[in-house]
Amino acid sequence: MELTGSQILLKSLALEGVDTVFGYPGGAVINIYDDLYDSSINHVLTRHEQAAVHAADGYARCTGKVGVAIATSGPGATNTVTGIATAYMDSIPMVIVTGQVPTPLIGNDAFQEADMCGITRPCTKHNFLVKDIRDLARTIKEAFYIARTGRPGPVLVDLPKDIQINTHKFSYPETVSLRGYKPTYSGNSRQIEKAAKMILASRKPVLYVGGGITLSGADDALLKLAEQTQIPVTTTLMAMAAFPQRHPLALGMLGMHGTFFANMSVTECDLLIAVGSRFDDRVTGRIDSFAEKAKIIHIDIDPTSIGKNVAVDLPIVGDLKDVLGKLHGCLNQKPELVEDLVEETEDWRSIVVEWKERQPMTYRSSKSVIKPQYVIEKISEIADENAIITTEVGQHQMWAAQFFAFRQPRTFLTSGGLGTMGFGLPSALGAQVAYPDRQVIDISGDASFQMNSQELATLVQYKLPVKIVILNNNYLGMVRQWQQMFFEKRYSQTVMELPIDFIKLAEAYGATGLQATKVEDVEATIKKAFETPGPVLMNFKVSREENVLPMVPAGKAIHEMVLAS
Amino acid sequence: MKHTISVLVENEFGVLARISGLFSGRGFNIESLSVAPTMDAELSRMTLVTRGDDQILEQITKQLNKLISTIKVVDFTDSEYIERELAMIKVSTDSESRAEALRIVDIFRAKVIDVTPKSYTIEITGAPAKINGILELLRPMGIKEVVRSGPVVIGRGTKGVVG
Ligand SMILES: Cc1ncc(C[n+]2csc(CCOP(=O)(O)OP(=O)(O)O)c2C)c(N)n1
Ligand SMILES: [Mg+2]
Repeated sequence: MELTGSQILLKSLALEGVDTVFGYPGGAVINIYDDLYDSSINHVLTRHEQAAVHAADGYARCTGKVGVAIATSGPGATNTVTGIATAYMDSIPMVIVTGQVPTPLIGNDAFQEADMCGITRPCTKHNFLVKDIRDLARTIKEAFYIARTGRPGPVLVDLPKDIQINTHKFSYPETVSLRGYKPTYSGNSRQIEKAAKMILASRKPVLYVGGGITLSGADDALLKLAEQTQIPVTTTLMAMAAFPQRHPLALGMLGMHGTFFANMSVTECDLLIAVGSRFDDRVTGRIDSFAEKAKIIHIDIDPTSIGKNVAVDLPIVGDLKDVLGKLHGCLNQKPELVEDLVEETEDWRSIVVEWKERQPMTYRSSKSVIKPQYVIEKISEIADENAIITTEVGQHQMWAAQFFAFRQPRTFLTSGGLGTMGFGLPSALGAQVAYPDRQVIDISGDASFQMNSQELATLVQYKLPVKIVILNNNYLGMVRQWQQMFFEKRYSQTVMELPIDFIKLAEAYGATGLQATKVEDVEATIKKAFETPGPVLMNFKVSREENVLPMVPAGKAIHEMVLAS
Repeated sequence: MKHTISVLVENEFGVLARISGLFSGRGFNIESLSVAPTMDAELSRMTLVTRGDDQILEQITKQLNKLISTIKVVDFTDSEYIERELAMIKVSTDSESRAEALRIVDIFRAKVIDVTPKSYTIEITGAPAKINGILELLRPMGIKEVVRSGPVVIGRGTKGVVG
């Protein structure tokens, strides 16, 4: 039987296990939407295409599945770009389908034409323009395969309108063969043995773990290895939920706003085991003094990550689950040596504990004004074990990373690489669609919230009970902090001159709005929000000029921190 | 240091943009680039000349390999290879300089492929250094135009890079 292109698309999505897509219709995808009308695939209509992509991204981050978004050609498609770039920087598996003008019109500056393959080339793992309906099913198969394998990433499929309308016999390929794409999964055993030797010879080892750990599903393998060897673990922003932050071996986040003890541990260690992390500049500070005294083992599935920013002593290319598993096994065969290691590194761990006691992650508390850190601590206390936290970008994001005690993988969704304000609300929306029964909390700033606040409508329409926490300082707080520290408090364009009535805003969309202005109201407000069905926005008026500390000023080494007191 | 890299890619829409976009996006330098079909209709070969230290070259080859459309990347710099470039040179001539021009053409085993009362157009192939050499000698006569192909390379010996 012949199917139309849009039917082939939807059938292919279903065969890829897609049950939910996020999107926004328009002329160039109207045929797809006509077929969606009676399809079993659930479509969530966001209020902006950027939000559709972030929602699919949030869905992907918390489930591990490929997120799918649909947008029309031209402005719909260009609206997706920030979302795609956000996913690309954090290696999130996604497939974005954009409508395109009919093939005979491509290149003619047709109505609502934009060269999406050109625009997204540098921010997708790969992209496709489907020019022949005979290629459509295979293209979808390849798009999903590329998105979810190797180092994951977003893949864009640009689908001209005539291809959606044309018909062709549908047969979905069972396998993919791409001559130029063969990720390495299995770590080289000899390299892994060398790594085991280096670990056993180390006296001050540290595990430096990034977002790759969750992408690979290697969180358990990491915990096993850390406990076996008793090596302290510092996590990047992307990996805060990948290791239980209350674990005695947890050092918290490292880098620009890392903990004193994480940054000191990395500075003083003699072996740095980088796992699914990429030596980002926000992590390393001044690169030539980063882990200066250490030998470096770098384990990653993407060879380009290795040796890009720092020279490493032992590279291992492979899937982290495979490599960490083998490393654990390798060490298991030498129980006495591991025992020696644990004994010999006793001193190191006590130095780390000393650092922790000398400079714990802290802030000056207050009885008169709500401290943003206090709100995060309270949420951490009150929220369910498996609550999913999303954030926008700014000070509130860093406080969430610093003061929320993450306990389960895939519960912290934040834009790490691109740092996209406006990510938190739509990604929370996507997470809540994936897990209707779990608590999903967007920790937001007053400014970031306004970048995608229209998604309140989507939450209300689909009865998605996302809880929104606005740490309202009436500032572009993070930028203000830099202006305070490095520009003599010249607060150029960072004061939100117009205070928004967020409660009315929430109510206008049919959501609930709550507000707390006093310290003693914080806890009750959070509890009330969690008990209230449907989406709830909490507006916390927090101390306005609070700073995120510790902080490593740009260009400094990570041990040269400005500390909390 | 200069490196000549041969890249086998899928012969499909947009590949050249992927490669050149990679170089411009990551700030890699690209001195010359030539693209042509191969024996396999599904593949093209790009030969590119770039510069950088070992660390940059490692990134360039890794990043090229990472592209889905890339089948094979060979950096010829560390192996035995033959490098050839084609150039066409339009040089002004008058009755006095014609004989001298022909002598230079002869020495370099080049060819005159077009003649007018006021010019010769010369074709020459060889290593880029050889082309630089003839240009040096022709320059005093007045060079009106030079068109160079950019070098292509092939490894020495029996083994071939399939494509
Ligand atoms: C889309 C976007 N535009 C600009 C920035 C630069 N930026 C980073 S943090 C920040 C301020 C965020 O303010 P708010 O959301 O109120 O959070 P706060 O820092 O006050 O907690 C800005 C403007 C960004 N990260 N993303
Ligand atoms: Mg703010």
